[in-house]
Amino acid sequence: MNATGIGAAVRRKEDQRFVTGKGHYTDDVNRPGQCHAYFLRSPHAHARIKRIETKAAAAMPGVLAVLTGVELAADKIGNLICGWMITSKDGSQMKMAAHPAIAHGKANYVGDPVAVVVAETLAQAKDAAEKVNVDYELLPALADPAKAQSEGAPQIHEIAARNTIYQWHLGEAKAVEVAFNSAKHVTKLDFINNRLVPNAIEPRAAIGEYDSGSESLTLWNTTQNPHVARLVMSAFVGLAPEHKLRVIAPDVGGGFGSKIFIYPEEVVCLWAARKVGRPVKWVAERSEAFLTDAHGRDHVTHAEMAFDAEGKATALRVKTIANLGAYMSTFSSSVPTYLYGTLLSGQYEIPAIYCEVDAVYTNTVPVDAYRGAGRPEATFVVERLIEVGAREMGIDPADLRKKNFIKNFPHQTPVIMTYDAGDYHASLKKALEVADYGGFGKRKRESARHDKLRGIGFSTYIEACGIAPSQAVGSLGCGVGLWESAEVRVNPTGTVEVLTGCHQHGQGHETTFAQVVSERLGIPLENVSVLHGDTDKVQFGMGTYGSRSGAVGISAIVKALDKIEAKAKKVAAHMLEAAEGDIVFADGKFTVAGTDKSSAWGEVALNAYTAHKFAGQELEPGLKEGAFYDPTNFTFPAGCHICEVEVDPQTGESEIVAWTAVDDFGTVINPMIVEGQVHGGIAQGVGQALLEGAVYDKDGQLVTGSLMDYCMPRAHDLPALKVEMTRTPSPSNPLGIKGCGEAGAIAAPVAVINAITDAIGSEDLAMPATAQAVWQALQKAQDRRKAA
Amino acid sequence: MYAFTQHRPATVRQAASLLAKQEEAKLLAGGHTLIPTMKLRLAGPKHLVDLSKVEGLSGIEMKGRSLTIGAMTTHVEVQTSPVVRENIPALAELAGKIGDPAVRHRGTIGGSLANNDPNADYPAAALGLGATIITNKRRIPADEFFKGLFETALEPDEIVTKVQFPKVNKAAYVKFPNPASRYALVGVFVSKRSSEIRVVVTGAGANGVFRVTAFEEALKKRFGAKSLEGLTVPADGMASDIHGSAEYRAHLIGVLARRAVAAAG
Repeated sequence: MNATGIGAAVRRKEDQRFVTGKGHYTDDVNRPGQCHAYFLRSPHAHARIKRIETKAAAAMPGVLAVLTGVELAADKIGNLICGWMITSKDGSQMKMAAHPAIAHGKANYVGDPVAVVVAETLAQAKDAAEKVNVDYELLPALADPAKAQSEGAPQIHEIAARNTIYQWHLGEAKAVEVAFNSAKHVTKLDFINNRLVPNAIEPRAAIGEYDSGSESLTLWNTTQNPHVARLVMSAFVGLAPEHKLRVIAPDVGGGFGSKIFIYPEEVVCLWAARKVGRPVKWVAERSEAFLTDAHGRDHVTHAEMAFDAEGKATALRVKTIANLGAYMSTFSSSVPTYLYGTLLSGQYEIPAIYCEVDAVYTNTVPVDAYRGAGRPEATFVVERLIEVGAREMGIDPADLRKKNFIKNFPHQTPVIMTYDAGDYHASLKKALEVADYGGFGKRKRESARHDKLRGIGFSTYIEACGIAPSQAVGSLGCGVGLWESAEVRVNPTGTVEVLTGCHQHGQGHETTFAQVVSERLGIPLENVSVLHGDTDKVQFGMGTYGSRSGAVGISAIVKALDKIEAKAKKVAAHMLEAAEGDIVFADGKFTVAGTDKSSAWGEVALNAYTAHKFAGQELEPGLKEGAFYDPTNFTFPAGCHICEVEVDPQTGESEIVAWTAVDDFGTVINPMIVEGQVHGGIAQGVGQALLEGAVYDKDGQLVTGSLMDYCMPRAHDLPALKVEMTRTPSPSNPLGIKGCGEAGAIAAPVAVINAITDAIGSEDLAMPATAQAVWQALQKAQDRRKAA
Repeated sequence: MYAFTQHRPATVRQAASLLAKQEEAKLLAGGHTLIPTMKLRLAGPKHLVDLSKVEGLSGIEMKGRSLTIGAMTTHVEVQTSPVVRENIPALAELAGKIGDPAVRHRGTIGGSLANNDPNADYPAAALGLGATIITNKRRIPADEFFKGLFETALEPDEIVTKVQFPKVNKAAYVKFPNPASRYALVGVFVSKRSSEIRVVVTGAGANGVFRVTAFEEALKKRFGAKSLEGLTVPADGMASDIHGSAEYRAHLIGVLARRAVAAAG
């Protein structure tokens, strides 16, 4: 390892610009002649649009255009699509309803755009929007996913009877039934995985620009995957041919999944830019972000686990209703299916699993992937059942886990996945030590002395990351391949530019990707730049989500570096007048094996371009290589989190007093950045467990529409986190990387709920476990005891 | 935000005359309630009468047994004032629990009282200490000042200039913040001044800040947390929303009142 190579906790290169205010975000981009878009949105969750009168608005000062779904349809702008086809258990295809960028005929959620005003200034656009007169016919609204399929529920889309998008299943129902019939003990739980609002610090933004000279469009956009955005907007929405559409994703201030998707606003900005002949800018306000960013989670689940007399899990049965909102967002269909059902084996050897998922439409903002995407929901199911099962059977929860852990790899689960490597005992053992599990009883008594209830909760989670082998996901309905690309450009002076199809929005790729190059080529970190986020610069790429940038994106870079090394060796062989096979490359030096003859990296790079030492007909000049890497399997990060809480029984407040995280991410490039990812993930998971919850009222109004009512975690909500690691490298990619971006958010919520339910002695507790919810659970438990 | 004209009077008299003269005029103190409302276009005053340049509206002074705080004094000034800390420490502590640092550096005591948000902290202190609200026209006892949700005894062109707090023997404020907004889901202020005992609740009442006379009576016998044991407030008349049901709020009043009495010593 060199000082800036793999495993070094070097400081992030990108922070210089971020902490000095030199970051360059979409809203920092201002184009000559730019005008502003303001979206008029439906204030009703479900309403027929009978007529939109725009004349008065169009006559307002500064207004360039007032556009509605009528013009959008007339211009044949295509619908937004969901790119993962799910097949129902009866063999029918999912029911994807039309999703126009501006609602046409009917508005289906509060926030659904019904018109856009383009004006010289934003204030003028807002003033004019007040003059747009929309004649709505109110329809009964549906907000509760549990009621979506009931008789008499309002039908949102004609295509989907009983609002049902698909009825998917996975596993063997028969085998599960047999196992349940002979079970010694069955643990049953009903719960809701609460709906979350992503709240990246930078709201979504877009600028569309049309160049009539080249007949091309450019979009600056807060996206995690500019090439995917371009592909969808070209091939499906039909804004421009792919080669005439450039998508630039400059610095992006957080995404957490919410910026993967292709949203109406960027489509409209491009379309409007061509119509008015001026660049059109839109930046979401926070209130707009609440109403329109794709939300996360929102499951209603019944789950049962069967155990034998020894406490071995013999089967798992899960029934989930997943709320996908008013329209199917870009990858929404995959989240409660292949990112959820396939992880229901957890870290355990469960012989039979059967999972059914009904996805439903409601009059709420679309729901799609949010940090963890399906895997936090799966972890919640499995880890709640194991924890509650242990309590019911009177077995120590750590012991029950040990009894059921998978021990041999590779392990084929009953739900598609083949776990390739892991050591679940090792992470649990280390976590028990770090958390001082043995001393918990003493700490609990100490808490009781000052009238607090102390509880401890485990989460031995697993996730599937490094998304994903293209053939595998293709066979499951995914509309794209999930490989990644890289290009390594060596300059004549030996400095290097890496172009990656990944996109960073907080992950630190500019540092970690450069570390891989620094290690491999033996050059200083500052001699490496990482470029991303521009379809005109970067070859192609699938973007960043699903903890894939390390496992897949870096693997592509490694593959390109292999080619660079091979080519450079050829150049060095000519320079050193030796056979290519005798050249050894190490520590930034090409040496003829067994001699002291050598050339430094920089000399070889220069010679590759001067081409003085070799015939250009035999060996191509230059030193630039590209690679596409398709993973051979998912990666399976796993670990053990232990949360300890103190509950004030008088107010119901929970305080997290200790947190231990022992994660196995395989090879780690930069431990400081990885630890930061774990911290952020835990904070978001704690947010879900204790504070966050999107609430719609029965009319489909978002009650938690601002940060005054929707509570994000703050620093004081967390204790000092103890973060440790174990390492079993992934055998599925060259460096053994597993991925770390989502682990915290996947592991944390259930650890918190397991801890609080342990403290209060009642399992009847929903997320978010606010003080009121905990107090109510305590009251209920008290009433039950009284009644008994 | 809609367009508006900003006025910067130098005296209270000028401010009052602008307020009386201009239609749809609003006073601007710290602006932490008004400006966000304007940004959301939920309010659109044509004129803002900015009090930031008006002389003599800030400052903290102890005279005899009475603490006077200028209406434009910010929360952080009250929180950190040695005079407040020495004479009515509970008031300094309450100011330090309002909102977040940005709010505490901009928000003012006069603005908070005049707005009378049912979840705000200062109304609890004003009523809980038996303060007097001094305006350009008169002196209003706190008992007569708060009239319901966002309603006060202030007349349309009346401006709060000072707030006078009597020094008390004992006082404490215990707040249960709404974790999102940091407003009080429930806050209880207790004080004891010779024989006068006040137990005041903010955040919980469906009609704003109020006194809990049953608790006050119980404390008259003996000022101690034990005196409140077993006492409750009926859920009837409590506010109820997604953050706290009426029952939960009523329950918290009992818990926080006992804690406040214990803290007051």
